[in-house]
Amino acid sequence: MIDESMANAADALIVSAMAAYTLAMLAFLVDLVTVGRAGRATGARRELVTVGGAGPDTADAMVAAGADAAAPPTPVRAGRIGGVAVSLFFLATGLHLASVLSRGIAVDRVPWSNAYEFATTGAVAVSVLFAGLLLRREARWLGAFVVLPVLLTLGVATSVFYAEATALAPALQSFWLVIHVSVAFIASALFTVAFSVSVLQLVQSRLDRAGNGRERPALMRAVPDVGALEAMAFRLNAIGFVLWTFTVIAGAIWAEHAWGRYWGWDPKEVWSLVVWVVYAAYLHARATAGWGGRAAGWIAIAAYACLLFNFFGVNYLFVGNHSYAQ
Amino acid sequence: MAVTAPPAAPPAPPPAPVAPDLGVRGGLRWMWRRLTSMRTALVLLLLLALATIPGSLLPQRSVDLGAVETFYADNPTLAPLLDGVGLFGVYASPWFGAVYLLLFISLVGCIVPRTRRHIGEWLRRPPGAPGRLGRLAGYQRYETALAPEDAAAAVAGVLRRRWHATVETGAGGTRIVAAQQGRLRETGNVIFHISMIGVLLALAGSALYSWRGEALVVEGGGFANTLPQYDSFTPGARYDAATLPPFALTLEDLDVRFESDQVAAFGAPRDFAATVTVTDTPGGPARREVIRVNSPVGVDGARLYLSGNGYAPVVQVRDAAGELTWEGAVPFLPQDGAYTSTGVVKVPDLNGTQDLALEGFFLPTAVMDGAGPRSIFPDAGNPLLLLNVSVGDLGLDTGRPASVFSLDGADLTQVSDEEGQPVSLMLAPGDGVSLPDGLGSVTFVELRRFVALDVRADPSGPLALIAAVLVMLGLAMSLFIPYRRVWVRLTPLATPGSGAAVPAGAVSSTAEPARTVVEVGGQSRSRDLGFGDVLARIDEGVRVAVPPAGRLAPVPAEPYARAAPEPAVPEEP
Repeated sequence: MIDESMANAADALIVSAMAAYTLAMLAFLVDLVTVGRAGRATGARRELVTVGGAGPDTADAMVAAGADAAAPPTPVRAGRIGGVAVSLFFLATGLHLASVLSRGIAVDRVPWSNAYEFATTGAVAVSVLFAGLLLRREARWLGAFVVLPVLLTLGVATSVFYAEATALAPALQSFWLVIHVSVAFIASALFTVAFSVSVLQLVQSRLDRAGNGRERPALMRAVPDVGALEAMAFRLNAIGFVLWTFTVIAGAIWAEHAWGRYWGWDPKEVWSLVVWVVYAAYLHARATAGWGGRAAGWIAIAAYACLLFNFFGVNYLFVGNHSYAQ
Repeated sequence: MAVTAPPAAPPAPPPAPVAPDLGVRGGLRWMWRRLTSMRTALVLLLLLALATIPGSLLPQRSVDLGAVETFYADNPTLAPLLDGVGLFGVYASPWFGAVYLLLFISLVGCIVPRTRRHIGEWLRRPPGAPGRLGRLAGYQRYETALAPEDAAAAVAGVLRRRWHATVETGAGGTRIVAAQQGRLRETGNVIFHISMIGVLLALAGSALYSWRGEALVVEGGGFANTLPQYDSFTPGARYDAATLPPFALTLEDLDVRFESDQVAAFGAPRDFAATVTVTDTPGGPARREVIRVNSPVGVDGARLYLSGNGYAPVVQVRDAAGELTWEGAVPFLPQDGAYTSTGVVKVPDLNGTQDLALEGFFLPTAVMDGAGPRSIFPDAGNPLLLLNVSVGDLGLDTGRPASVFSLDGADLTQVSDEEGQPVSLMLAPGDGVSLPDGLGSVTFVELRRFVALDVRADPSGPLALIAAVLVMLGLAMSLFIPYRRVWVRLTPLATPGSGAAVPAGAVSSTAEPARTVVEVGGQSRSRDLGFGDVLARIDEGVRVAVPPAGRLAPVPAEPYARAAPEPAVPEEP
């Protein structure tokens, strides 16, 4: 039985969340530019990452500080607008989470049975992950680059994928839905944040090479250096990869249970494998002489493109066993 | 995300842009090295990803034979070309096999030396200390009043609580405590790669020994697990049909439920439950089971899956004399979400002269309006059978296999009424009508449902599961367990005339004889966030066990990460 009022509340909440995300993203951008400019004034651009970098993160921050570490750090206070951005982001995440939960309550099940629900839940996973990251360390510089994909996903979800809340098809009535799909969400969220970090890594890398003493854009001045970005992307991707492995295995167990074979070259299975293989290639590239750094960054981005295609493209382009997600 | 050393990389073979003249054996070894190098593995992985993609873009015979036939019909010139390079069977094609096999070899070539080296790591003592500890992370140096051997024992005692530590004796009475932690990281890596082979073997086993059959069973009807009872049967390459488990079942009832409340999802499937009576062996005890979409029933190594369902109207045909010529439940295959179904009733030798074919639609909830007859809901609300009547030769005597769902290969003439209009029968359950030209009569006796059962057995499942779980375990170990080494060097300070090594900066004094210089340093082979803290704790413990004393005590500690300021990963220029 569908609770229509809850379903309507979910729809209203998602719109509010998108508004809050938009404001948060703008605030993150303003903060980035402000801190970047301030950093130029004091010549302490890279110290941003050390703010709040206490405890086990110190080492990390130190590496981010890189060669500048020798100079005594001039602490740059994160701008006031940065605090506003974080607050707005938490608000948006809260609204978004409330929307996903009310959708779940409305249909009395996990809200993961069509592309709209996949997109909104997948996006909330990214936001919650990044909220956790913000609480644990200074990651405001990443804010705009995480909110942007979340906002894009929600935009596409509400305009293209939108589907009314309905009960579950028999094919999805399994506790494996909860296990397989929830882990896929977490893995995808990690890959998403890692993707943003990888893009920043490649941008910084290009700016470094094109640098010749020229000053980098204010936007990129408060972003950590290539080494720190690469290391962060790797950690996120490594955890994501293990969880993606679990996703594929859990999917295979469910497939065995629902369709009688654990692997049948269904388009979704094919693309999950492609995603897995390309991320595996990324991990290998990092350990291969001459393939680390930029090349690995590009492979990570290609892997994420495959993940996106698997998430969105496969359901629309191919007929397969995962077609209920249309 | 600090790092004290570049990421662990198996030693790559020396780059050889031009194959040197090595002779046959040398040449083979060179090829083997190239093939099993990390770079090759990387390229093969990317190739595998590329090679996998076409199988999702084009219809595959192993997945959907009908889709391939449709593609052939739609693209008569392109299809044979694609077929020629195996694009309708990508995962069985030679080129996919080549990538797969090369990757397999590369995998083995990676595992064998790596495992050998790693076993050595477990058997041997920790590696010796580098010449200059000062370059290591968290380097500390101070003086203590303990003799090197006593200090070494104390330090080893501290480290052994959590580390694998040994004490070595160096030149001039120097003692070195070498400790390491996290060899399981590499163990995980080896487990991961070996388990990948397990997964590949399981997939191969599945292709060889699994089998799969599909059968339609009508309510009240039975099924015995023998080949002729299957509508289709796909054995693995090495499957022996004589080993089919001899079970039988009867479909008691199919309970269906469709969405009828919510307009947005009107008619969407909600639940299917097939109640069956299964006998595992002929004459054995019967048990009642319910098969649902996500809940198969296991029978003697095979499993029964509910893969589809539909309607099978029971039809009676009487000849001109009123004698019952034919009776049966005829499955009509659903064509859409509202179960608009198509089917054909084939009656051979009606009146001894010709075959009769009744072809048409079954509509579970029929509406007749301007848009023509159609079904609007998948449940049987207003069941209606719409049939065209043809007579002629069904081609059943030729012995050629023919689908029970189509009239392919038949030579038929549609029967018309007096005005020349084709005769169309419209029957609700219980209805009977006479056929034109005194052919006889047709009765729609009652409505039953059928289920499409998928019967599958795949002995490779357990191996695949175990291997996959080990893959994940090994992966997590190899990514998240840090591999760390710590060395503590205890060097006796030179007393006048002894000639013992004096570490730089040490000031020896006869008036205040301190006896040993303690140096602590560590190295982590992975990106190791917590290593700085770990080193700090070790240093604390060492200072408790070996208290600082003397002039050299203590040298201010260099912060951990600053001892290794190189970037996390060397960027390409």
